[in-house]
Amino acid sequence: MKSSVIVFPGSNCDRDIAKALEKMQFKNQMVWHKETDLPKSDLIVIPGGFSYGDYLRSGAIAGKSLIIEEVIKAANSGCLVLGICNGFQILTETGLLKGTLLRNKNLKFINKDINIKVINNQTRFTSKYKLNQILKINIAHNEGNYFTNSTHLNELKNENLIAFKYCDEKGNINNQSNPNGAMDNIAGIFNSKKNILGMMPHPERMVDKFISNTDGVNLFSSILH
Amino acid sequence: MKFSVTVVLKKDVLDPQGKVVQNTLNNLGMSDLKSVRQGKFFEIEIDEQDQKKAEIKVDGMCKKLLVNLIIEDYKINKL
Repeated sequence: MKSSVIVFPGSNCDRDIAKALEKMQFKNQMVWHKETDLPKSDLIVIPGGFSYGDYLRSGAIAGKSLIIEEVIKAANSGCLVLGICNGFQILTETGLLKGTLLRNKNLKFINKDINIKVINNQTRFTSKYKLNQILKINIAHNEGNYFTNSTHLNELKNENLIAFKYCDEKGNINNQSNPNGAMDNIAGIFNSKKNILGMMPHPERMVDKFISNTDGVNLFSSILH
Repeated sequence: MKFSVTVVLKKDVLDPQGKVVQNTLNNLGMSDLKSVRQGKFFEIEIDEQDQKKAEIKVDGMCKKLLVNLIIEDYKINKL
């Protein structure tokens, strides 16, 4: 399977995701944001980091970059697109995913391993996980507080478009297990066709038991199968 | 022609930064304070003599880039 990782000035998880993809046997290519040709890919990843130093709003400038037009075209024709952290913020700024990510409710940058629950495992990104499986995954962000209007929130619930929710070790989804104030504890969402996933946690940091754990592996193996 | 654009969070969107500024002003003794909302301010100069046309252009800039319409409102004023 072929993957492309889009690199912006200020991306800083681009090499982490490239390593994870290579470990999972993807044929990966890095694509600089000024390119206007996107190599043919089965998966496009928009990595984490601080594209353009978070100027204006997180992801706002990257969301209007040259390569993004190609990403939108590919996404609309069914290509899988995964946005992690700043990548999720960028996807909301392009309009490929609805809603937005506000400043964390406690105004702090949060970098820690938290628990999330798999809410929908019937998708190209999550089929190797069990429904309601609890994962331990790292988050590292300042703007992860997911916000959307009530019509879209209902759409997310009714059409099963919530991928992951923040929970505690036992799987309880409540205010105490919500690290950043995200609506309904939302940690990741799909678009209506479920070929685009945006998530704040970093699955690429959880593919090796020597540095963390392997809870992120099944996300990549779901995509492969 | 010069314009100012003021961007503020919509009423129903939580503004934690504004809240902290408000609390701090309260701590400084400004007890009659009702609320503080924090926003952004842009000064835009545009090479267009017709005010209406210029305003339409600035409005386009707001919608395309400067403002996230999901959470923010904006006001354009001629300077």
